[in-house]
Amino acid sequence: MSFELQASISSRNFDMSLSLREGETVAVLGPNGAGKSTLLGVIAGLLRPDTGSARIGDRELFRLDGGTRLWSPPHLRGTALLAQEALLFPHLTAVDNVAFGPRSSGISKAAARETARHWLAEVDALPLAGRKPAQLSGGQAQRVAVARALAADPELLLLDEPMAALDIHAAPLLRRVLKRVLRDRKAIVVTHDVLDAYMLADRVVVVEGGCITEEGPTRQVLERPRSHFAAGLAGLNLVTGIITEEGITTPDGRVFAGQHDPDWSPLPGQAGVAAFPPSSVSVFLGEVHGSPRNSFPVVITDLEPHGDQIRVRARTGDPVPALSADITPAASADLGLAPGMEVRFVVKSALVSVYPA
Amino acid sequence: MIRHSGYHGVPRWIYVVAAGGGLLMVLPLAAMVLRVNWPQFIPLITSESSLAALGLSLRTSAASTVLCIVLGVPLALVLARGDFPGQRLLRAFVLLPLVLPPVVGGIALLYTFGRQGLLGKSLELVGIQIAFTTTAVVLAQTFVALPFLVVSLEGALRSAGNKYEAVAATLGAKPTTVLRRVTLPLVLPGLASGAVLSFARSLGEFGATLTFAGSLEGVTRTLPLEIYLQRETDADAAVALSLVLVAVAVAVVGLSYGRLRSAQPAEVRP
Repeated sequence: MSFELQASISSRNFDMSLSLREGETVAVLGPNGAGKSTLLGVIAGLLRPDTGSARIGDRELFRLDGGTRLWSPPHLRGTALLAQEALLFPHLTAVDNVAFGPRSSGISKAAARETARHWLAEVDALPLAGRKPAQLSGGQAQRVAVARALAADPELLLLDEPMAALDIHAAPLLRRVLKRVLRDRKAIVVTHDVLDAYMLADRVVVVEGGCITEEGPTRQVLERPRSHFAAGLAGLNLVTGIITEEGITTPDGRVFAGQHDPDWSPLPGQAGVAAFPPSSVSVFLGEVHGSPRNSFPVVITDLEPHGDQIRVRARTGDPVPALSADITPAASADLGLAPGMEVRFVVKSALVSVYPA
Repeated sequence: MIRHSGYHGVPRWIYVVAAGGGLLMVLPLAAMVLRVNWPQFIPLITSESSLAALGLSLRTSAASTVLCIVLGVPLALVLARGDFPGQRLLRAFVLLPLVLPPVVGGIALLYTFGRQGLLGKSLELVGIQIAFTTTAVVLAQTFVALPFLVVSLEGALRSAGNKYEAVAATLGAKPTTVLRRVTLPLVLPGLASGAVLSFARSLGEFGATLTFAGSLEGVTRTLPLEIYLQRETDADAAVALSLVLVAVAVAVVGLSYGRLRSAQPAEVRP
């Protein structure tokens, strides 16, 4: 059964439409305050939009328009919510926490416990069954919370940054567990992390300012981002403009050379983007001899370690936003780079991908 | 003994004033204890009228505590979680008995449930009389004690937040199930300390009881009323019974303080 949603909340500037096929997991990416948690709240029935509708299969979750005010309360929706914090009920043991959903559906205590044990085993947490939440680490608690959400047998699972509160050692284990249990399950995962999107999701939705700005298969969105947010997540520089034979032309007339798909010829005047990794950018002081085509005067804003490289962030002035370059620490020291310096970024055109926006 | 070093920013003269405040609480109690007629203590507190008053006090206080829980839990829930016009006004009225002189409360109750009262007239017609009965004692005590339970529980509900309830609902639990299996267990320490405070307030109730229920031995004469009455004729008995009330109060405060301390949320490891 598929899921469909359309909702808007004018006071939050929120307006989104989203649909999921049976068994599909969608990652929702976006900056803080973009409306990601609002989206989950609306689906779960914790937030009432001004207008809109949602359905799972032919079961309506809500329909709010001029005449109809249909609103199904959270407990009848079959949309279990897993938040950043595990929020295990502190007075119940792990197994009783997981049995909470089955118990609420009216089955016997013994049967609910049986179901709970099954799901605890599914998330590798069976040995923790008898513990109280206060005796669990953050990662353990979050795995139990996953089991609790799954035990409620939701038709749509909502995960709100499930990994965000975990330390770097606990996150990989939970991510593996989620990858296993989300297979063939309808789920919406709100995340900051590209890795979550790659590992867990079939499709990515990028939201900014309360609207969906980009969506598509995970690989495509992250390898060929069209929004600055997705480009930032994928660690790519992004320049937008009009596609030309050589590459793209930015609105201020700058030509940006790059590689098109070999089997694709651009229409004249079509909007496009040029994406390139920071590693394809070199930094020079003063005028560059010869004539590398993709050469920009920029002002350095920040220097920060990035792996074993130094990431140089710089602004170019509108409309091309901030760009980044990765150079070796030795090169950075030789050039004497510091924030505020005027330098030149040169991008190897062979490493620039150009595609339609 | 210095338990922790480091700057605490309290000027020394504050301790002097604080000691004065402490003495104001402790000295009268000490004076009373010194005045107790110890050889006669047991006979005094086990006299027929004393036992009747003590028994009545404990029974009515227990009943009014139950009534406070039955009425106070929904009130606290509505005040903490609800969102309706007049909510602030309702809170103000619920808290009013905290600052109202109890005798005024007693008069108000009399004009509600008394023979000529707002509801009393109709109740009289169906043969129910409340004023000057044990029921009146319980009503008077509930009237003055209810705010203690509501304040304590509303605070607990607010600090617990409703995140757990939201999760429970998305797991398929009906609102009543959420209340029973999540909300109430979470605020149980707050509810318990509220109930203990209500019990203590009921036990000490005097003014509203005297006004609304009178002072009929075995029916409406609770321990505080008995003490006041005895003071006129037998000071030793009054002092001995006062000490009994002090002991009950100390036990109640100790119990609720201990509960509050042990109910501190366990530290969750990151």
